[in-house]
Amino acid sequence: MPMQAQDIENLIRETFPSAKITITDLAGDGNHYSAEVIDESFKGKNRVQQQRAVYASLKGKMDGAHGDLHALALTTKAPD
Amino acid sequence: MTDAATQIKETVTTNDVVLFMKGTKSMPQCGFSSRVAGVLNYMEVEFADVNVLADDAMRQGIKDYSDWPTVPQLYVKGEFVGGCDIITEMMLSGELDTLLAENNVSYDKDAADKIREANG
Repeated sequence: MPMQAQDIENLIRETFPSAKITITDLAGDGNHYSAEVIDESFKGKNRVQQQRAVYASLKGKMDGAHGDLHALALTTKAPD
Repeated sequence: MTDAATQIKETVTTNDVVLFMKGTKSMPQCGFSSRVAGVLNYMEVEFADVNVLADDAMRQGIKDYSDWPTVPQLYVKGEFVGGCDIITEMMLSGELDTLLAENNVSYDKDAADKIREANG
């Protein structure tokens, strides 16, 4: 089932309340999104740790064939 | 450990570079897997490919092993490096070159520079 960009942002925001979050629907099909998440908590963490935390905030929505979200291109960083 | 986890651990410790992917390095079956395999092929990095589509236990097992929900997944010297987005970023920034060099994995520096020039 496709997801709305707002739903994705809401889920991420539950875990990262003060993050700067930008969601883009890449294909216009509600299935392929990119998300940029910029958050203070990423300071001192490598990309794998940062993105693992974002995936965790999506609570299983990415779980392959059973997930609502097929593809999410992630970019994460700490604020400059 | 599950059978899949044991198998994964053995694969990533006996091969310097391993890509868990959908399809094979000569015939990828997903755009994200294709991109990472394409970069490694072009940089002439010797790597083992594991087709998760060929084995359901592996398809779920690799996600549990790394606590990472997507495929492809790249491992260097037993360590999980990242998926498609991270590898792309590291490729373009030159961090992938550094990582390979630090782990004594041979690669074609000129080819890597060409990819960066083309995507600069």
